Amino acid sequence: MLPPLRDIPGTTLFDGVQAMKGYALNKMCYSFNSAANREEFKRDEDAYCARYGLTAEQRDAVRRRNVLALLAAGGNVYYLAKLAGILGLDVQDLGAQQTGTTKEAFKARLVAAGG
Amino acid sequence: MARIVGAITTSHIPAIGKAIARNLHEDPYWKPFFDGYPPVHRWLAQVQPDVAVVFYNDHGLNFFLDRMPTFAIGAAPEYRNADEGWGIPTVPPLPGDQPLSWHLIERLVGEEFDLTTCQEMLVDHALTIPMALLWPGSGAWPVRTVPICINTVQHPLPSAMRCYKLGQAVGRAIEAYPEDLRVVVIGTGGLSHQLDGERAGFINKAFDVEFMQRLAGDPLWAARYSIAELVELTGTQGIELLMWLAARGALGGEAATVHSNYHIPISNTAAGLMLMERRAA
Repeated sequence: MLPPLRDIPGTTLFDGVQAMKGYALNKMCYSFNSAANREEFKRDEDAYCARYGLTAEQRDAVRRRNVLALLAAGGNVYYLAKLAGILGLDVQDLGAQQTGTTKEAFKARLVAAGG
Repeated sequence: MARIVGAITTSHIPAIGKAIARNLHEDPYWKPFFDGYPPVHRWLAQVQPDVAVVFYNDHGLNFFLDRMPTFAIGAAPEYRNADEGWGIPTVPPLPGDQPLSWHLIERLVGEEFDLTTCQEMLVDHALTIPMALLWPGSGAWPVRTVPICINTVQHPLPSAMRCYKLGQAVGRAIEAYPEDLRVVVIGTGGLSHQLDGERAGFINKAFDVEFMQRLAGDPLWAARYSIAELVELTGTQGIELLMWLAARGALGGEAATVHSNYHIPISNTAAGLMLMERRAA
């Protein structure tokens, strides 16, 4: 095994460990490229998650709409973005939730980064 | 013989697609971003490229984790955009250039860059938004496209040096093509941003500015960093600067910056644009 990538605070690199762990969740989210599948998920979320074989941790994270929990369960941000789309959340909503702040405060932080 | 007329590097943030569709070019939020592009439009009108070779990264439209190529190249007659799941408007199909694709494949594999070859390939916002920014309004694309996709979804990613060298090999292959073609090389993505984790919202203006200042004249400055170092310096998605290094590699030799723009923020991202030409700096 190669030595682990450096520990970057607040960051989990999506590597082989995460890719194995998150496969079912990411596969479900990848299916949301299809509008029909998004409708199917909205119609019966439990059945849809069951069909993709989500783990209990993944099902719970989806139920809670909790981004950090979804990442911890192996979710990859590019596939999770498609789930976020169903939920009507944009990347500032996701950023605010993950950093424990309001959307307005998160957006203000982004603007401040340009100062 | 084919000739590389220049390299363009630009961000590909999805929100840009919505802003274009809503015609927000003069909106105060968007104006500093869109105002960067007219000099590039004038340059493109002048050099009139026949083909765009585009380094981009797929975000889960064409490739899933079941089979994830590190490098992939399109060899399709046309490239279609499709629903990515969150409501970005799609664009008309982009015509390909199959003979050039296969020439590049032969040359690149001959140089030990073993790319996955794709005769069907959906292209996502990372390709379509730069094309819409560079050739606005038409929908009838004035260039043929050859997409080259670099994995930034799943680590291990190819190193910055490897991406730069891939670009150099692409540049050599283009210039060995016997047709009289004018080719523009494009790299899309970045600059610094991070969407995931408690570090979401990370932007590093100091690094981006230095990266842009050095890219034309000293690309090895950035190419020497490890992937982990680049993620730390630019964010988990800022790593898309790999596409910029590949495009710079393809331009080859001595290069100079003709035009650039940089603006924070667009969505969660530091947006960058560069136009480079080959010449003594």
